[in-house]
Amino acid sequence: MARDVKSKLSKNLLRMKFMQRGLDSETKKQLEEEEKKIISEEHWFLDLPELKEKESLIIEERSFVMCEDLRYGRMSFKGFNPEVEKLMIQMNSRYKTEDIKEEKNAMEADVSDEEMARRYETLVGTIGKKFLKKRDRHVLQDPTEDESSDRRPSKVKKVFLKPQD
Amino acid sequence: MAGAAACLAETRVGQVVMPGEALLLPGQGEADGERLRLTATGPQKGRLICGPGLRRGGADLLVTKCGLLRYRGPSAQAGSASGSSSGGTYWVDSQQKRYVPVKGDHVIGIVTAKAGDIFKLDVGGSEQASLSYLAFEGATKRNRPNVQVGDLIYGQFIVANKDMEPEMVCIDSSSRANGMGVIGQDGFLFKVSLGLIRKLLAPDCEIIWDLGQLYPFELVLGMNGRIWVKAKTVQQTLILANVLEACEHMTAEQRKQVITKLLEN
Repeated sequence: MARDVKSKLSKNLLRMKFMQRGLDSETKKQLEEEEKKIISEEHWFLDLPELKEKESLIIEERSFVMCEDLRYGRMSFKGFNPEVEKLMIQMNSRYKTEDIKEEKNAMEADVSDEEMARRYETLVGTIGKKFLKKRDRHVLQDPTEDESSDRRPSKVKKVFLKPQD
Repeated sequence: MAGAAACLAETRVGQVVMPGEALLLPGQGEADGERLRLTATGPQKGRLICGPGLRRGGADLLVTKCGLLRYRGPSAQAGSASGSSSGGTYWVDSQQKRYVPVKGDHVIGIVTAKAGDIFKLDVGGSEQASLSYLAFEGATKRNRPNVQVGDLIYGQFIVANKDMEPEMVCIDSSSRANGMGVIGQDGFLFKVSLGLIRKLLAPDCEIIWDLGQLYPFELVLGMNGRIWVKAKTVQQTLILANVLEACEHMTAEQRKQVITKLLEN
């Protein structure tokens, strides 16, 4: 008796979430199938024979750059624009490997290792300070203060002077 | 297509080809035995590239421009960036003056208008190219690049096809300028044929290196046939421009003579 009542329920009602629990597997399947049918009917498709995907071995390339292996279009000579000269080496690196090595040596010459070391020397202190706590920073500064004490004695000697009466 | 006129692409390399001609490829449109032989040699079978002036027409190639048919073997290709292609490249070496935008080409454009978010650039093509103000290195919505109407811009096409407006950018895929952007003040811009530009940009070009021995100068070559030169003085700039323009129809010896003459002065 109860079954008959259930079958009389409308499909839309059966599809609702709270009705799903009570459904048996058969009706569930039926509903799902119907749903799928509706979805597939809604899809459009072209009434054409299936196109055969042929593996094409030909690639179209519209650019001369790839075909003729053209170089990069910015150039500078005899140090007119050093930035572009660096770029030239970088961009055209795949053409002339020997030339690059020569030019690289010339490029390195403008900042010598010594100068580099000298510049970093000052950096080590300032960057190092950043990673220290305030208490430690004081310790770090102490030795430098000793050196600079003769330069700036006024800073050290700032003590409260008791007025004489 | 003209089946009778079609001939093997290999036999036409270095010869003049005309639009409409069909070029057959080995192993395709031939006997089955040939095809089998081609597939049997697994690694040899590579993708063939048809370059400018050619079009894919079914199994063979169709010529769309007139010029000399060129071929570059897969061995040379392997060294270049597109290493995946191992079937060689065919293209037509043609002489033309009208530039047709091609994706990936580096060109020199002239700013003709500033329209809100984009700049309009004259690149010598049929249509003006658009360039977003965000497509510069370090540009943000707040930090606009300083580009004025009339400026020269060296950039790269990212959209270029026959149906759409060409679009340019001044950054590469890693959003670095790499020499692209506004070309500095002064200098001299002139136009040459597209063939000459390719000649000058060829990896084994001696013209540029010969000129490089003269005096310091800077050069920007756009694939659209525009050349921008700048040297220390106006006179030197003009000499360079004249030599570059003239060298299209000079032999190597004539050019050497000119350069030695300039070196003496």
